[in-house]
Amino acid sequence: MIEEKDIIIVDEPDLSTTEKLYLPQVVQGLRTTFKHLFKKNITVQYPEVKREQRVENYRGVHRLNRDEKDRVACVACFMCQTACPANCIHIVAGESPWEDREKYPVQFDLDELRCIYCGMCEEACPVDAIELTPEYDIVGRSREEMVFDKEKLLAVFERTKDVKPRKNPRITGYAGTGDREQSSGNTEGEG
Amino acid sequence: MLELLKDQFTFSVILALVIVGILNGAVAYCIYFERKISAWLQDRVGPNRVGPLGLLQPLADGGKFVLKEDIIPANVDKPLFLFAPFMALVLGFIGFAILPWGGSVDLDGDGVVDVIAQVADPGIGILYLLGIGGLAVYGVVLGGWANNNKYAYFAAMRATAQMLSYEIPMGLCILIVVLTAGQIRLEEIVLAQVGNGNIWNICLHPVAFIILLTTVFAETNRTPFDLAEAEQELIGGYHTEYGALKFGMFFLGEYAHMITGSGMVIVLFLGGWHLPWIPGLQPEDVSIGAMLLKMSVFGAKIAVFLFFFMWVRWTLPRFRFDQLMRLSWKGLMPISLALMCYTSVLVYAGKATSLAWCLGGELGVVFIVLAINAMRTAPITGRQRNMPAITVHKPAGAP
Repeated sequence: MIEEKDIIIVDEPDLSTTEKLYLPQVVQGLRTTFKHLFKKNITVQYPEVKREQRVENYRGVHRLNRDEKDRVACVACFMCQTACPANCIHIVAGESPWEDREKYPVQFDLDELRCIYCGMCEEACPVDAIELTPEYDIVGRSREEMVFDKEKLLAVFERTKDVKPRKNPRITGYAGTGDREQSSGNTEGEG
Repeated sequence: MLELLKDQFTFSVILALVIVGILNGAVAYCIYFERKISAWLQDRVGPNRVGPLGLLQPLADGGKFVLKEDIIPANVDKPLFLFAPFMALVLGFIGFAILPWGGSVDLDGDGVVDVIAQVADPGIGILYLLGIGGLAVYGVVLGGWANNNKYAYFAAMRATAQMLSYEIPMGLCILIVVLTAGQIRLEEIVLAQVGNGNIWNICLHPVAFIILLTTVFAETNRTPFDLAEAEQELIGGYHTEYGALKFGMFFLGEYAHMITGSGMVIVLFLGGWHLPWIPGLQPEDVSIGAMLLKMSVFGAKIAVFLFFFMWVRWTLPRFRFDQLMRLSWKGLMPISLALMCYTSVLVYAGKATSLAWCLGGELGVVFIVLAINAMRTAPITGRQRNMPAITVHKPAGAP
């Protein structure tokens, strides 16, 4: 409740003589807008011209990184799926065909329409496999199309790896190669 | 063929067809330029996707209007609902009929004037334009009424009140010109301005010109007087319930009305098709080439006016309704009335075309009106001093 004494009523200022005539003010306004007629316009012709990337860590569409052996870096640990506040990640894990890890994602679906682009999956990932890219203009003709599967997310990586290099491509070992220390902080709160 | 054209009626019909054809296109492109100019004034680009420079945009818009579903809401007054857009469009267009596009024409070059390049030249002249202008509000009023929508109804009420208020100073300003020229037919008014040593009426009566311009803005429902379509208060105003082609017709009607209005101001104050000292644009040039030249000069003047209309629209905010009323009844009307009286005295004294007498009188009249205004407790513009006093409260810790 606003108290009566807290209300400030600001008096409308009296107009000066020229202002009362309207016309000088009208002419002034017309002059201002006329100047803008010759100014360079500030429109960016969007699909043809794009603005330069201004924010380094822009959180756009996700990608699934590949490791240096061109395998999907994800180890299907479900950390991102657990961390996701929007419940947009769905992983189906399978036994890994490779020696250095136990699991790999057979299926990795990410609903880009449901996602709130908070970046918590990126933070939760112990192997930096999921990352948000600066890419923002993703389109689709249906809701189903906007659920990105593994191939699509890997394709995003192929598109964006030059623009945004993978954060720490060395972290690949899951069976004690020594690099584990760097991401150990992410496991807090799991218990 | 030529013999047939020498008949004024045949010539008028052909001229009418040509002019309506051209103006239909012009009106469509008015919408394109409205959008372009608004964009340029706001440092934007404007429509540029449809065709080169977006020039096919009006066609696309028109196609859209035609193809959209034509909805007639359930509770509207159906005959009036259907009639109102026609009213708006037709009354916007028939004003063109008496605009003097190109003076007298000698078609076969035998030195005898055959026809005048004007669709109709009724004896009532300018009164016809006034009548059409007064009727034009019916498009808005009927539209607002038939809608069965309270916001549209408000818009119609506003438009009516506004039209009533602004017709009066408009009529008085037109009377000033009619008194000066001693003529009521538009072509004669142009010739009177040429005959007066190439001094157009704007030089004689600049204040009347400004007042007439203001009232034309009000008559055509353009910003800053577009209270009938104040979308912040009234949704869409009088055309809230209209869609598809019916909305398009209101839209076109507004621009057609703008062209008629600017044509009227040009004829009355800016010499119509005339430009001083340029051969081919004088009353004695009656060849077909001169007629076309005169028509293009007239068209160019209208184009400048249309630009001005749009320029003002994207510069000035809308008046509040009480301000609008005050401006007309307390501001424009006394000034134009005083000017009219002064002009009639000048006409009686035989000084109606004297530059010094006219300008001096105009300035004197404006000065007197302003002085009276300054003494009043309720001035025309600004805060009304007869409003209750405001107590200023401040919170305890406020600076």
